[in-house]
Amino acid sequence: MEETEEEKKDEADYKRLHSFPLIRHSDMPEEMRVETMELCVTACEKHATNNESAAKMIKETMDKKFGSSWHVVIGEGFGFEITHEVKNLLYMFFGGSLAVCVWKCS
Amino acid sequence: VRSPDQLELTEDELKKEITRTLTADNPHIPQGIVRFSFKEGAYQLVDDIDQTAIHFTLNGYLVPKDSDEGRRQSIRSSTESGRFIEEEAQTAEAAEEAETAEAEEVEEPLPTKAPEKKLANQFNFIERGSTTHHNPLRVRCPDKSCLCLSQWFIYDAYMEELERIEKAKEKEKAKPVVIKKEDKATGRKLSYHVDTLSKVAKAAKIAERMVNLNTFDDIAQDFKYFEDASDEFRGQEGTLLPLWKFQYEKTKKLAVTAISWNPKYKDLFAVGYGSYDFMKQGYGMLLLYTLKNPSFPEYSFTSESGVMCLDFHSDHPNLLAVGFYDGNVAIYNLKKASSQPSYKSSAKSGKHTEPVWQVKWQKDDMDNNSNFFSVSSDGRIVSWTLVKNELVHMDVIKLSADGTTMQGPEGLQLQTFGSGTSFDFHKKIDYLFLVGTEEGKIYKCSKNYSSQFLDVFEAHHMAVDSISWNPFHLKVFISCSSDWTVKIWDHTIKTPMFVYDLGTAVGDVAWSPYSSTVFAAVTIDGQAHVFDLNVNKLEPLCTQLVVTRKQNKTTHIQFNPVYPIIIVGDEQGLIVCLKLSPNLRKMPKEKKGQEAKKGPEVEIAKLEKLLSLVREPGSKDEK
Repeated sequence: MEETEEEKKDEADYKRLHSFPLIRHSDMPEEMRVETMELCVTACEKHATNNESAAKMIKETMDKKFGSSWHVVIGEGFGFEITHEVKNLLYMFFGGSLAVCVWKCS
Repeated sequence: VRSPDQLELTEDELKKEITRTLTADNPHIPQGIVRFSFKEGAYQLVDDIDQTAIHFTLNGYLVPKDSDEGRRQSIRSSTESGRFIEEEAQTAEAAEEAETAEAEEVEEPLPTKAPEKKLANQFNFIERGSTTHHNPLRVRCPDKSCLCLSQWFIYDAYMEELERIEKAKEKEKAKPVVIKKEDKATGRKLSYHVDTLSKVAKAAKIAERMVNLNTFDDIAQDFKYFEDASDEFRGQEGTLLPLWKFQYEKTKKLAVTAISWNPKYKDLFAVGYGSYDFMKQGYGMLLLYTLKNPSFPEYSFTSESGVMCLDFHSDHPNLLAVGFYDGNVAIYNLKKASSQPSYKSSAKSGKHTEPVWQVKWQKDDMDNNSNFFSVSSDGRIVSWTLVKNELVHMDVIKLSADGTTMQGPEGLQLQTFGSGTSFDFHKKIDYLFLVGTEEGKIYKCSKNYSSQFLDVFEAHHMAVDSISWNPFHLKVFISCSSDWTVKIWDHTIKTPMFVYDLGTAVGDVAWSPYSSTVFAAVTIDGQAHVFDLNVNKLEPLCTQLVVTRKQNKTTHIQFNPVYPIIIVGDEQGLIVCLKLSPNLRKMPKEKKGQEAKKGPEVEIAKLEKLLSLVREPGSKDEK
């Protein structure tokens, strides 16, 4: 019992500690990167249970702000190989278990 | 309203349908035109009639390039603004490839014209265009370290990041803390500096010695190889060649009170600094110099009271016993980096009440504890034993004046003590030692009897400054005194064997380590005297001024145990190293047929022979 409690505690700690967004890779300019990151955080928080709609929201907003055509992948585990336009890629982790990859390719 | 010429029609006529069709034919052209055809020879109906009617015409201002007018214009414009067009054409080349191509075509009908005169286009105007920047595409995985994302990978990334953040925080915290420490505790900062210095200390030491080796190269050469050739023409006399001078900033105003060579490192010697002047007592210093580095002492220790005497332990060359003017004794351990002595006596642990004039290490006692003796003006001779971390003292003898003074008490019970100034222990007989006193007497004492003396020599009229057993002959010792004399004794005979009057107070005397008959003395007029009894029984072989300035008293002299050099200390804190010329260390000449013997036996025999010569007239005198 104790062990499970400890595990729970650990997990809570982990969630708490790892809630911040962590940019893993980005070649965007500073301003754009910050904006995109904030957008991703907002979308993921808004659609915490539905990655699909979060991705849709990010994609549509990005298309409006920075021109079409953006692509968004959100998930807890995936492999990928993409083609993107230079200076239009962001790959970040969020909430301890989510990865978000946003890139533009028209 | 009706017009006057309006037809009046009947109702039937009005109801009648009239069909009219619009055609493209010109209604004004007459129908059925015939022309005579000479071919047929008859009139023929013309079918093909032009139906076109022109209502308005206007000439355009555009001129085709190909026309004569166009060519004329193009020639004119190219001469006027040919360059402009050229430049434009060049800059906008990429943007208007099509136009330039046209222009090139235009050039073709103008072969006479220079080819560089490009014509922009057929209609003499330039269209500009540009494309916006287009980001190139790139195919790559954004995160090379992980082609396939997974939960544990995200976890690791987060952990790494957290660690990095924590480290950064620690660094930020650490910085101000360090600054505070430095501000508050300067001592700590100092110690830090010392630490960093000690890292380079060894290298610095080597460098220093190398520099000194260069600077004092000529002296080193003299020390090693120079033999005064003029000695051959001087007969018996010899000279002293000054070598290095040792001087230290902090000891300029202190007198050299003791010199001792290290028994293990033949180039190392210790010098004690203090003051002999009762009125001018101050701090003392203990310096250790090596011949390899005359410019700076190897070790230096400062003490509150003046150093009066010192002695190296023969088995532990790192232990140095020191006696102070305030009556304390201490032991310095050179292996320890501290500036304080490892052991020091105190008022509680039986220190002397007057200056300590001499200290001497003894053989280890039965429990293998190191021990040494000290003699002081208070008349006590104390044995100090190193037990664990303290000095244990034991009074060996008290030099009580009564009973030993020959005048005898004339009714007065004077509680006087003899005050010892120097002593020396017999080389072979452990218990036997000699004590020189301020009154000029020399006591022969035994460690076994604390209350009485084995013998008393009425040696001098003034204080005995130094006393020393001969290193070879077991019976012979030498003493010197402020009464201007140096005396050589046989401890079994109450009268001196040899007496030398040097004309002024003698500060120190020392036997040479290489010959039983050679000794050297320094007098307070700054002169060093070297004797060889084997060569001249009456006169010194060499008397030489060894101080640079007059009025500078020499205080101490010591022979190096190995090299033919002596060191002399004076009252100004200066140490001079001198080399003995060949005449001063001459060995007895080989006699016919005999092998040149060496060793202590020969030395003893040499001295014995001399003594036997003296004894008989001496004994006659006594009778």
